[in-house]
This record gives sequence, structure tokens and C-alpha cells, in this order.
Amino acid sequence: MEYEFAFGEILRDWDLLARGIRLTAALWVIAFVTALAAGLFLGIARMSPRRALNWPATAYIEIFRNTPVLVQLVWFYYAFPVLTGVQVSPFVAASLGLCLNTSAYCAEIYRAGLQSIVAGQWEAGRALGMSEATLMRRIILPQALRRMLPAFTNRAVELAKMTSIASVITVHELMHEARTMATQSFLPLETFTVVAAIYFILIYPGTLGALLLERRLATRGGAA
Amino acid sequence: MSGILRLDGLRKSFGSNEVLRGIDLTVQQGERIAILGASGSGKSTLLRCINFMEVPSAGTVTVAGTPVGEEARGGRCYRPAELARLRTRIGMIFQQFNLFPHMTALQNVAEGPLSVLGVGRAEAEARARQHLAKVGLAEKAEAYPARLSGGQQQRVAIARALAMEPEMLLFDEPTSALDPELVGEVLETILGLSREGRTMLLVTHELGFAFHFATRVIFLHEGMIHEEGTPEQVLKHPRQDRTRAFIGRHSTFAF
Repeated sequence: MEYEFAFGEILRDWDLLARGIRLTAALWVIAFVTALAAGLFLGIARMSPRRALNWPATAYIEIFRNTPVLVQLVWFYYAFPVLTGVQVSPFVAASLGLCLNTSAYCAEIYRAGLQSIVAGQWEAGRALGMSEATLMRRIILPQALRRMLPAFTNRAVELAKMTSIASVITVHELMHEARTMATQSFLPLETFTVVAAIYFILIYPGTLGALLLERRLATRGGAA
Repeated sequence: MSGILRLDGLRKSFGSNEVLRGIDLTVQQGERIAILGASGSGKSTLLRCINFMEVPSAGTVTVAGTPVGEEARGGRCYRPAELARLRTRIGMIFQQFNLFPHMTALQNVAEGPLSVLGVGRAEAEARARQHLAKVGLAEKAEAYPARLSGGQQQRVAIARALAMEPEMLLFDEPTSALDPELVGEVLETILGLSREGRTMLLVTHELGFAFHFATRVIFLHEGMIHEEGTPEQVLKHPRQDRTRAFIGRHSTFAF
């Protein structure tokens, strides 16, 4: 192969890449934090015996889990404004789409985690006269969160990768900047290799963390 | 006398299975009642209806003269806040202990006063230490449940119930999950409480213990009170054939 690598030229445009990384990180953090919060309420609603809560939560979760993220983002950017008359910026549309999608998955993690706590724990809390909120906060969540941690870490890693889809609706995150650079410099090989490496460096610690966490929880055997 | 607890026509069904078929019972302050019966006779369900771990299908529960819940649409309606308040006054001890595994013994005992009664931390922990001392576990205050034997766990659970300073205690087969050599320490602890004049209801298979513990024995059969009386009457001179057969079965290997 006669190809001459020109990585230097790509790295000279570091400003552009740095801006991309910042936006990728912002998307990731905003979507994940809001999805963690929204997912808790969705997960609890999904478990509720009341149909008025349970049914909409189930519908929401299934819709977001069973349609492509790409379609969801495009829908929020191009279709949502037509429906509501509210034009949102690409960044807001992407945050919203990623948050809603991830919250559906988080809801299922919460549900599985909460249901893994044996009935005796709920009963012991209720028998002391705890309200459902106190029971959740003091007894159930502290035990369940420990079991959910590996699943949430995996979700965070998935989300970090999903942020690249936001480039489609012109969010100037890392992938979008890469495409701009690749077309301007005619160096797609170098550009996308560098970008892949950046994603790897950003995400791998998360994957590693998940693995370590899982191992530590396994050896502790869930006691105490 | 209306008593500290009164059950009127209490019924409970699970689907088409009617477990309790009309229980009437009045409990006076300071009474200790042992509830006996074959498995499936409804004795645990009866106990669990008193603090609404199970909501009765029909009938009323009256605590200290006040009926729980209100009449509505041909049934009784119970508000969650009312039930929560009621439960702070009724302690329950479970067969499987159900200690909170993420908390030390001390934290387990202090949790109710702390997060339900709104007692300050220092006060709640001081009281928790007293209650742990009372069940003989003062030195285990910092231990997590996983590090305690079954008997010790059950004694912590008793201390946890006592810390709420309840008006009555419900014991749901407190020794059934224990190895035989650990049963004694738990029964001793419960006997110790009976000397304080506490109102207690106990579901058990330990007939010998029921004899020494109870001021009144109730024998349940098919969701109804089949026979009741003093331990002497019911356990030594049962009048009903079924009671006699039940007691006979439980003493097959007596020596």
C-alpha cells in the first residue's frame, strides 16, 4: 500500500476536535443524569398496581426501547416542531431524545433492581409504620442501587456511544466535527481513526469500571 | 370492656380461597394469646390482618376503642397514612427476622424511631442501645445481620419492634426458621417480655412454649376459632376432637 499517513494535519485542527469532545461530554452528562432521575419515576410507575400509572409507563418504555434511537432523534428535531410549533435547537433535541431513550432503559433497571429486594424487607419497613417514600429511601433503594450499579454503568457506556448519532441532526459533537474535517481535508482514514481512538479513550474507563464493580460485588456475595 | 384490640367478623380471602371465615376476638390489655392451628388454618393471616400486612376482606379491626378505616361503598376503606400510624403502635416480629442487611444491629433498632417517629439521632441510638441490652445483645450493636446467628437476628428484630414502644406485639412463628439449639434464647427473650405485662399475640408451633407463655390459647381450624381457653384447658383438656388430634400429632415424639 502506497498510502502516506498524515495524522499531523488532523491534530493541527485540535480546536475543532476539542469542541466536539466538549459537546459529546455535555450531551452524555445531561442525558444520563436526567435519564437516571426520570427512569426512577418511570420504573416505580411501571410497578404500580394502578393502571393509570402503570399503563402509560409501560407504553412509554416499550415505544422507546423498540424504535431506533436515530429515528427518535430525527423525530424530535424535525417532527416535534411541526406538532407543537416549538422549534428546538439541535442540541436540545438531541439531549431530549437521548434522555428519553435512556430513561426507558433505566426504568427497566430500576424495576428489576427493586423487584429483586425480597418481600420481607418491604414488610419489615411497613410494619414499622414507614410511608412508601421513606421505605423506598431508607430500606429498598440503598439495597437495590448496589445491585443496579453494574447495569447503570453499562447503560452509561451505551449512551456515550449513542451521542455520536446526534451528528445526524447537526449537533457539533465529536462525530459531526470529524465528518466536517474529513470532507475538508480529504483525509477520512486519519480523521476517523483519531476520532475512534478518542471515543475509546473516553469510554473505556467506564467499561473497565463496570467490570471491576461487577467483580467486587460478586466476591462480596451481596452480604451487608 | 372493649379491650385494647377487638376483631369483629373478620374475613380474608385470597382469590376464591377463603382463609378467615369470621373471627371475633377481644384482647384485653396485658393478655398474652397463643394462636395455634394446623398449617393453612389461617393463623398467620389472622395475625397479619391485625396490623394490615393483609387487608381484611370484611369485618372490622378496633384498636383501643377506635375502629380502623371507614365505611365506604359497601366495604371498608383504609387510608395509607392511617395504616402507617396504626403500625407504629403495633410491633411485629417475623418468622424470617427481616432485618435490614445494609444496617448494623444498632441502626436496625434505631431506624424506626429515627425515620418514622422523628426522634433525634443521639436519642434514637441511646434508646436502641438500651433495647439491644434488654435482649442481651449490647455487645453486638455494631455487627451487621449477616454476622449474627439466627437467634441473635431474631432478638435484634424483637429489639427493633420494642424501640417503637408499641402497645402490643405480634409474633409470627418467631422460632420456626431457627435451628433447634437457637430456639431457646428467643423464647427466653419473649418470656422476659411477658413479665413486663405487655400485650402479645403469638402464632407458634411450640405447644410447650405456648403453655408457659400464654394467658389464653386459641385454636384455629379452617379460618374459624374452633376452641379457646386457658392453656390448661385447651392444651391439657381439649374439648374438641380436632384440637385433641392436633395436640396429639404435635406430641407424637414427646418423651
